[in-house]
Amino acid sequence: MTRLASGGRIDRTRPLHFSFDGRAYTGYAGDTLASALLANGVHLVGRSFKYHRPRGIFSAGVEEPNALVEIDRGPGQREPNVRATVVPLVEGLVARSQNRWPSLRFDLAAAAGLASSVLGAGFYYKTFLGPGRDAWHKRWEPLIRRMAGLGRAPEAPDPERYANRYAHAEVLVVGAGPAGIAAALRAAESGARVVLCDEQAEFGGSLLAEPDAWPQLAADIARLRANPLVTLLPRTTAFSYGLQNFVALAQVIEAANGLRERLWQLRAGRVVLATGALERPIPFSGNDRPGVMLADAARQYVLRWGVLPGRNIAALVAHDTGYAAAFALQDAGAAVAAVLEMRATAPAALLTEAVRRGIRVLPNHGIAGTRGGHRITGLLAAPRNGDGAPDASRATPVACDLLLMAGGWTPSVHLFSQARGRLVWDSALDAFLPGKAREAVTCAGACAGEGLTPGLPVTLLAAGSARAPKAFIDPQNDVTTRDIALAVREGFRSIEHVKRYTTNGMATDQGKTSNMLGLAVVAGELGRSVPEVGLTTFRAPYTPTSFGAFAGRHRGLLFDPVRTAPLHDWAVGQGALFEPVGQWQRARAFPQAGEDMLAAVARECLAVRNAVGIFDASTLGKIEVTGPDAALFLERCYVNAWQKLGIGRCRYGLLLREDGFIYDDGVVGRIAADRFHLTTTTGGAARVLHMLEDYRQTEFPELQVWLTSTTEHWGVIALQGPRARDVLTPLVEGLDWADFPHMAVAECRVAGVPARLFRVSFSGELGFEVNVPASQGPAVWQALLRSGTPHGITPYGTETMHVLRAEKGFIIVGQETDGTVTPDDAGLTWLIGKAKTDFIGKRSLVRPEMLRPDRRQLVGLVPRDRSTLPDEGAQLIASAASRVAEGHVTSAYRSATVGHPIALGLLAAGRARLGETIFATNLSGPATPMEVVAPCFVDPKGERLRG
Amino acid sequence: MLLIHCPWCGDRAELEFRHCGEAHLVRPADPAALDDTQWAAYLAFRDNPRGWARERWRHVHGCGRFFNALRHTLTDRFAATYKPGEAWPEPPI
Ligand SMILES: [Zn+2]
Repeated sequence: MTRLASGGRIDRTRPLHFSFDGRAYTGYAGDTLASALLANGVHLVGRSFKYHRPRGIFSAGVEEPNALVEIDRGPGQREPNVRATVVPLVEGLVARSQNRWPSLRFDLAAAAGLASSVLGAGFYYKTFLGPGRDAWHKRWEPLIRRMAGLGRAPEAPDPERYANRYAHAEVLVVGAGPAGIAAALRAAESGARVVLCDEQAEFGGSLLAEPDAWPQLAADIARLRANPLVTLLPRTTAFSYGLQNFVALAQVIEAANGLRERLWQLRAGRVVLATGALERPIPFSGNDRPGVMLADAARQYVLRWGVLPGRNIAALVAHDTGYAAAFALQDAGAAVAAVLEMRATAPAALLTEAVRRGIRVLPNHGIAGTRGGHRITGLLAAPRNGDGAPDASRATPVACDLLLMAGGWTPSVHLFSQARGRLVWDSALDAFLPGKAREAVTCAGACAGEGLTPGLPVTLLAAGSARAPKAFIDPQNDVTTRDIALAVREGFRSIEHVKRYTTNGMATDQGKTSNMLGLAVVAGELGRSVPEVGLTTFRAPYTPTSFGAFAGRHRGLLFDPVRTAPLHDWAVGQGALFEPVGQWQRARAFPQAGEDMLAAVARECLAVRNAVGIFDASTLGKIEVTGPDAALFLERCYVNAWQKLGIGRCRYGLLLREDGFIYDDGVVGRIAADRFHLTTTTGGAARVLHMLEDYRQTEFPELQVWLTSTTEHWGVIALQGPRARDVLTPLVEGLDWADFPHMAVAECRVAGVPARLFRVSFSGELGFEVNVPASQGPAVWQALLRSGTPHGITPYGTETMHVLRAEKGFIIVGQETDGTVTPDDAGLTWLIGKAKTDFIGKRSLVRPEMLRPDRRQLVGLVPRDRSTLPDEGAQLIASAASRVAEGHVTSAYRSATVGHPIALGLLAAGRARLGETIFATNLSGPATPMEVVAPCFVDPKGERLRG
Repeated sequence: MLLIHCPWCGDRAELEFRHCGEAHLVRPADPAALDDTQWAAYLAFRDNPRGWARERWRHVHGCGRFFNALRHTLTDRFAATYKPGEAWPEPPI
């Protein structure tokens, strides 16, 4: 065992059982998965992304690039790519290694060295180019898909819940290390409302590895806890810092009731960033073996978790803090085989202390290579040449089972940079530090460089490593110094390009340990300074954030609101088939026993043509337009003439955009001199209201007119068919039938309910639309059904509605139109008020392009064989072999009324081509010959709807 | 998420608003009097400034009113929001 007998913050009275790759282990409360694995002597925890190299635990925190595991908490709760260093150990935890086959200890791809020869920098780009493309699809992609990649995505739905909360704070403190705790105390005790968050379960940050500081830490946390102005959020990562101090926090809760995480969206008066600093690794050959670890991480494992991660250690040191780590491990019982000091000389005081401890310090030394398979067994200590490279010819072997890397410190400026704060290079400290802020933000502690001392500059840290084999910079993406150098040799100069070409820093750790090293190698290759090369952009999220946290409650039924019409429940009871139309659920057809949808639609269509059908049209958008200038307003907006429309009469209105293309349509009825009942398409209600409001408020503010959405107010029941009046008459009170022609509207009572009754037709048959208060819809529907029973009344759905209107050549905006169709293209010029000097879009209609005779025009199409149904969206071509589209099919249905398939389409100069044969492309066979006909298949004279 | 000041309602979250394009474009009183070039300029040509932009917003999930704003296209800062018909404020230095 490598667990120490005493020390650390773990609770040795509370053992916890867990498994890794099926083997049972024991840790303690207070452990992370990483500390518990190390306590059990487990160093090999994963295989690398591309090369399948064995990898161990590299760090003790969020920056971990190597120790990614799968945590399995049951179906739907299998989480891939979890950093073992941040997972609090719990009883029964099940963890597995990733990206290995057949096993972690023996991986075939690694054994074959399969990937390392082919997957160098820019592999993907090179393979995509030129003749390699084909090989990519046939050979490389399938191979790489098997080999590369990390964890397995979960397959079952996640049974847990995620929450969301909006919050405000006068001061948000990010990071509960010494600087953050001090800032939170100061702010709270001066009366500010404070939120203090930290990604770890325990507050304290670096103090958690400083046993002498624990009493004061406990007292400070108690003071914070006692202050009602303070909200403490442990296990909460500030991962995104947006404008106006809007910070997103992901809080891990793992409550027994299934609440797993909560997303906080918090706006703060002031943000204090106390995000600390991350230790830099060092590039040298074989620096990715299990057992090669950041020096301070090893110190934390000893002092915080009571784990001795190695018994015979060596340290590669470029910064003074490396000595503290080596001394701490020695104090805990490890032998120190050697300290390789990369600098020319070690600081005198540290050297004296090392000598006193009997530790051998080799100045101006580097590492020429490491040995070991699943764990490091030794290294080659080599004096550094003038260029900084270790001289392998003078190397001496040093045996060790743990190698510490102390490369110095990089302040965590990620969030400051996300908030568009300027970063400035501090050459004394050899780091980017927060400069000019754009937000109300203060940086405190190590992230501001406070308390940090310089070590060997990062360019010298990387010097001489660019030719070394297998010197990893980004171990998660398997990027080496050679890859970076190759990218520079191939001409990449911008650090952003080098990053993308090599994928350095693009793994889930987002380069927390690799970005500075990559920068240093590029700077060295280009002979420039680090600030001249510049930084890549820091982007949210700071650490991987679960989709669940983003989705919150917006899952399943709450993903998107579902709108249902007043007759929805009735339709469900009838076994209707539904289709989504925008957010609406609409009944598509009402199949009877033994019927498929086609049969149901044919039956429903014939019922409407021969008797009477009933249809829930409630989803139509409705806007009440009122005010003394209501008619004038509509006159200016719609193409039609409205001023002379009589009270009690309707008109089919057409609305264009200012560019002259059709935007929406719908019947508008004049209820009173100053009141119109305007309808829109189902999907267009919101955008039409938005557009009309825009003109009302900003272009015509002098008009006295108001717009009110009444879509949900009215339930609308359409009765269509030759018997429609017979069904309606017994139920109607207060209507003068003698003055109720086609395109009339009246206020009356239907089945005792106050109604607006429209005589309109979207089927070509005698038709009515009964508008009643939505709550009365079901009762009126039932009354109409009863009244209609002797007449064979038949409920129908949207599919039948579509077929009926297509048989008449009535367009549907968004189906026959696509934002490039003019009124003339659609054959609707007759709607335009002839005397009108202006309306929205009028000027555009006389642009030369709009007057071209070869514009695509609405036509009807009938298959020559009278049986093939063309695809909606099929292109129309002049001959079966043509590759030139002259139009396309917009609608196509089997028509029971006509007895063969019918279609509508837009065809270049179509109105002049009636009788011609045109071909509709067919995805699964030869193009279909179609006859071009007038876009009306039933009752072209329109006699039936006047009946 | 931005905090946007509706001239009628005060500070509200960005998700209550809808951006509505460039501000201070006046629809010609008599479009028919414009030639195609002039009409195209009104219809399609828009400023795309790198810096302060005058633009329209609507508090669509609030009071429903349209208003104008002076916003910096690089920093997303709002210097001012103001009611339609009001003169635009000078951009900050
Ligand atoms: Zn408002």
